[in-house]
Amino acid sequence: MGTELAKAVVDGVLTGGVYALMAAGLTLIFGVMEIINIAQGILVVLGAYLSYVLEVHFGIDPFLGLFLTIPLMFGLGMAIEWAFIRRLKSQNRTALSILVTFAVAIVIEGILTQFFSADLKTLNAWYIDQSLHIFGFYLPYIYLLGFGLAVVLLAALYVFLYRTRTGFSIRASVQNRTGAELVGIDINRVSGITFGIGVGVTAAGGMVFGATNSFNPNSGYDLISRLLVIVVLGGLGSVGGALIAAVVALVIEDVTAVVWSPVWASTMFFAVLIVVLLVRPNGLFGQQAVRAQ
Amino acid sequence: MSVTPPGPPVAAPSGVVADPLATPFFRRARWVVVALALAGAVLFPFIYTNPATTTIAVFTLIYVAASSAWNMFSGYTGYMALGNAVFYGSGAYFLANITTHFNMTGGVGVFAIVPLAGVFAALVAIPVGFIALRARRHTFVVITIAIFFIFQLLAYNLQSLTQGSAGMQTPIPPWTAATYNNYFYAAALIVAVLAIALSWRVRRSRYGLELLSIRDDEDRARGLGVKTGRVKLSAFVLTAFITGMCGAIYAYYLGSIYPPFAFEAIFDLTVALMAFLGGLGTISGPVIGALILEPVQQYLNLHITSGGVALILFGVLFLVVILLFPDGIVPSVAGLLRNFLRKRADPSSSGNAPPTTAASAQTPPVREVTP
Repeated sequence: MGTELAKAVVDGVLTGGVYALMAAGLTLIFGVMEIINIAQGILVVLGAYLSYVLEVHFGIDPFLGLFLTIPLMFGLGMAIEWAFIRRLKSQNRTALSILVTFAVAIVIEGILTQFFSADLKTLNAWYIDQSLHIFGFYLPYIYLLGFGLAVVLLAALYVFLYRTRTGFSIRASVQNRTGAELVGIDINRVSGITFGIGVGVTAAGGMVFGATNSFNPNSGYDLISRLLVIVVLGGLGSVGGALIAAVVALVIEDVTAVVWSPVWASTMFFAVLIVVLLVRPNGLFGQQAVRAQ
Repeated sequence: MSVTPPGPPVAAPSGVVADPLATPFFRRARWVVVALALAGAVLFPFIYTNPATTTIAVFTLIYVAASSAWNMFSGYTGYMALGNAVFYGSGAYFLANITTHFNMTGGVGVFAIVPLAGVFAALVAIPVGFIALRARRHTFVVITIAIFFIFQLLAYNLQSLTQGSAGMQTPIPPWTAATYNNYFYAAALIVAVLAIALSWRVRRSRYGLELLSIRDDEDRARGLGVKTGRVKLSAFVLTAFITGMCGAIYAYYLGSIYPPFAFEAIFDLTVALMAFLGGLGTISGPVIGALILEPVQQYLNLHITSGGVALILFGVLFLVVILLFPDGIVPSVAGLLRNFLRKRADPSSSGNAPPTTAASAQTPPVREVTP
């Protein structure tokens, strides 16, 4: 029981890191633009399919393929923002963004279903099937590499946000959108870049997701529900919060599967959110609602 | 058409009618339209007897009721609740459980369970609303989505109550194929009329004003003495009541329910889209939205067999609706009508709405006066 429990915790931390990467994009988008990108789930699946295509048809290793998929998804994110999100100027911006991004998600899901059918796919590489044998555990290499990738990308995101001018602009926009515009920040450009980053990380998350799960176009719903829970748990707009929330929620889920029953593990994942929200209504690191200016 | 003008109908001191849609003529015209629509709805299944048509009509009426109910909370308060499928499914499973438990046979009597299912859903809404409404708007949306998934998972896992993924059966009524739909049509029509009437009563009352004030500026409303917590929760419960009844009728109509059908993720987004299309916060908006979108959805389901294409079309339709009609059909049409009537009454004016702030109402309007 003890080793199983420890393994559950380790699994939770490793997968939590990957979910954190995808959730970081989602929470950043909300922080800057006050919109909830429901399409994040299906975009992860799209990232998985892109890696799949590169691997199966061109023989490119999934990790190397990221050099292609990440810029591609970044561009897609900027395009989506320009085409659909920028036009939402009315009062109900957040509410409309939910509907718009859900519509975009449906369209992407439809396109994927047309091209790939509903068959389950998964990525293959030498490190996916083999595990590292350490301290009596068997840790699949892919989890370790995926976690490492998440750490690298999150560190890069941190450097970008805290050490570059564009990063300052983004953080300023999160704190006070109107104020940022007043000091001369081009909010359209910042929004585009933020959305691009948010979607770009799904390329990486998608690759790891595709390597660790079998997926089809329908996998987007479960993903987005989990990502939404993670970002709210961590506090909308807080990247660090998303990171902690992802790890905590996934550890709890994996531990529940071992301690109680796998059947209730998913339910517990969502229940954690409810419990936390009873105590902290805005999430672990969320900001108090500010009166609309 | 019960359209409510957005600005206060201030009668400018010079005698120009500020809001041409607030005249007695239009008030009476609205009642005539409502009466005609009601008569048409009642006679519909006798004119169009083809069961395929009445099937679409039954679903449309269910969505009219659900969309009006959704609008009653989310449209008036501005809190987008995307977890109403929780109440839909709760009502559905309640009906299935009661009919199974008491070994009820099919027939008109089962319809008596429908209001009880609504009450059950309303009871479910109390703790759900209590948890969800503590958060601010954006978090609220996600909490409702999370609660929805919890309920869906509960439906799968609480085998003793829901039979899990095997689903549950509801009694099969002994009606012939020709008239089968008509009973459900009648039930759905009653619930739809109830939902619209409730929506209208709430809108016209002080309670409705309190809801709208929450949408406009919640902090100021609280400062003015509106008990926002109580108001929001009660509106949430009312929505759940109607939505639960819709779910119960749906379960009875289909004959069997399974977790993914009773707790359907797309339900909430469809209902929200209908309300948006028609006009969020209006009374007739969700009705019109449902009347337009539900037949389209049914048509797509029936005629497009390739799964991917149906999804693409539906998504594109969503996008077109939202981007072209950000305010909804009813407010846009009302606005156009208002401008047209103003121009006709006062050709020399610019046709724009008169200033509605208190300050500018005291200064004389710049336009010509109509005698």
